[in-house]
Amino acid sequence: MGMTLTEKILSAHSGGKAVKPGDNLWVDVDVLMTHDVCGPGTIGIFKKQFGENAKVWDKEKLVIIPDHFIFTEDKHANRNIDILRAFAKEQDLPYYYDVGTENYKGVCHLALAQEGHNRPGEILFGTDSHTCTSGAFGMFSTGIGNTDAAFILGTGKLWVKVPETMRFEFNGTFPPHIMAKDVILQVIGDIGCDGATYRAMEWAGDAIMQLSMEERMTLCNMAIEAGGKNAVIQADETTERYVKERTDKPFTIYESDPDAKYRLKKIYNADEMEPVLAKPHSPDNRATVSECKGEKLDRAYVGSCTGGKITDFIAAAKILKGKKVEIDTFIVPATREVEQDLSRERIDGETLMDIFINAGAQIGEPSCAACLGGPKDTFGRTSDHQRVISTTNRNFPGRMGSKTSEVYLASPYTAAASAVTGCITDPRDFLYN
Amino acid sequence: MQTVIEGLAYVLGDNIDTDQIIPAEHLVYSLTDPEEKKNYGRYALSGVPAANAGLPEGGKPFVDEGQCASNYKIIIGGKNFGCGSSREHAPACLEIAGIQAVVAESYARIFYRNSVDGGFFTPLESQTLLTDEIKTGDSVKLDIERSLLTNLSTNKSYPLNPLGDVLEIIQAGNIFEYARKNGLIPQSG
Ligand code: SF4
Repeated sequence: MGMTLTEKILSAHSGGKAVKPGDNLWVDVDVLMTHDVCGPGTIGIFKKQFGENAKVWDKEKLVIIPDHFIFTEDKHANRNIDILRAFAKEQDLPYYYDVGTENYKGVCHLALAQEGHNRPGEILFGTDSHTCTSGAFGMFSTGIGNTDAAFILGTGKLWVKVPETMRFEFNGTFPPHIMAKDVILQVIGDIGCDGATYRAMEWAGDAIMQLSMEERMTLCNMAIEAGGKNAVIQADETTERYVKERTDKPFTIYESDPDAKYRLKKIYNADEMEPVLAKPHSPDNRATVSECKGEKLDRAYVGSCTGGKITDFIAAAKILKGKKVEIDTFIVPATREVEQDLSRERIDGETLMDIFINAGAQIGEPSCAACLGGPKDTFGRTSDHQRVISTTNRNFPGRMGSKTSEVYLASPYTAAASAVTGCITDPRDFLYN
Repeated sequence: MQTVIEGLAYVLGDNIDTDQIIPAEHLVYSLTDPEEKKNYGRYALSGVPAANAGLPEGGKPFVDEGQCASNYKIIIGGKNFGCGSSREHAPACLEIAGIQAVVAESYARIFYRNSVDGGFFTPLESQTLLTDEIKTGDSVKLDIERSLLTNLSTNKSYPLNPLGDVLEIIQAGNIFEYARKNGLIPQSG
């Protein structure tokens, strides 16, 4: 019996025997990532269980990326960074990206990719549910809690139940106004926000393989919004090019076997995709943008691990160039590298940064910012009943701050078009006029 | 492992995500300092919009103003309980508030796993939707060995799914105790 890509990676990390869905395995971990929200708790459990002077299993395999509560006066939040800093020093960690230094990166899932920690064929666990983002690199990656992370810190291993795989194949070519965000919102709308619970989501088809690494990351990022354990895209030349520019470490490319068994195969025609959004208060509450056209908004937000990459800002800038925003618009690059690229990338000679400033948008520092609400002084945090269009990944009640605010999730094209008019707007109105 | 749990039920709907269980602004307190940790009890389920807090009527706070512990011992949830973030503060805050078991129709994977591996409480699955059968404030009794929930207020019983694979970890207490018992990590440490 053939195996899927996910099954092959799990098999290779648990002794090499064939595996099947439902098997419980102990796997060897290649990378563990943690951040400022879950790192301190993880360190606390690690010390309690393995001793005050315990050393982590392999310091080359631990990556600590503070990113959630960074630009805040909140004392407790800042103390969490101090805990990470002290631990990095005590353990002499090579991959700690400290706040307030040149080494600071920003949102962990993109920083992992940009710093060469995502490598095909490997297993990466992270104390963040969107760790599934890294599956874009043909690897197994998933989110875990502090206890499991502490277990890995001490042992380098973790138990995993092999998931069944669901395959989503997109054939043809996506129209130019369609972004990966439209694709994932379409699929979550189809299967529901628990439609992939305990399962792997494998993306395939020529339309998917034409996507950039950034767009592939957007697709995989939101697997968790369908309940998925992991997402995965077969590594190809695009992946290899990206990875080799960022690391010299070797990696292995696995493929799903032609006779691999899938829980479900869903085939889509990429050419027929429509711009969609998720209405409040659930990522599976899908509607087409044209169905919601004209609904009034209070603000727009372009940022986060899913919607704050350079390709997202290029899209937003295409629409905002030479225009003014009608509502408060927040631009939050996910990482420092993206922030620097905003001043490098140009459209008709004008940098993205200038396009945004001239349009009247506000630019924030690279971090998670208001994607998860955060402390009261967080950039872009919602208040009261504000109605927001956002390129982030969750819109459950209170996610962006206020319990009574309403969040629409959409692509950077749709968010930017809506920022210009102040109400929900189809990006085609701007892209083709 | 406690096999019979009795107490007042607190009823919630579908898709109770981790931001409703513990809003992000509160994820800053220490989980190791015993005094500071109480804040997690204080703010447990504080992100649930009032209309959905304590069904069927709603408007029933899980933890009373100024308190750090809840009067409720068992949560009854619908589908996809605990979806969203991987934050372990979510199962932890429920335990800190005094929750001993959650019975939901289904769980999000990471929340379920965190509850088991961290040993916070026993997550049980109902075979039918219980949120129409049990009201916030009803007295309920859970018999884990028999996989049975009884609503003492109506005297009706409902079968639950057996714990399956994770039973051994729950019985051991948490993933570390389980690993020690099975020789995966050394006894002392
Ligand atoms: S940007 Fe948002 S979704 Fe991404 S890691 Fe940060 S808080 Fe989580």
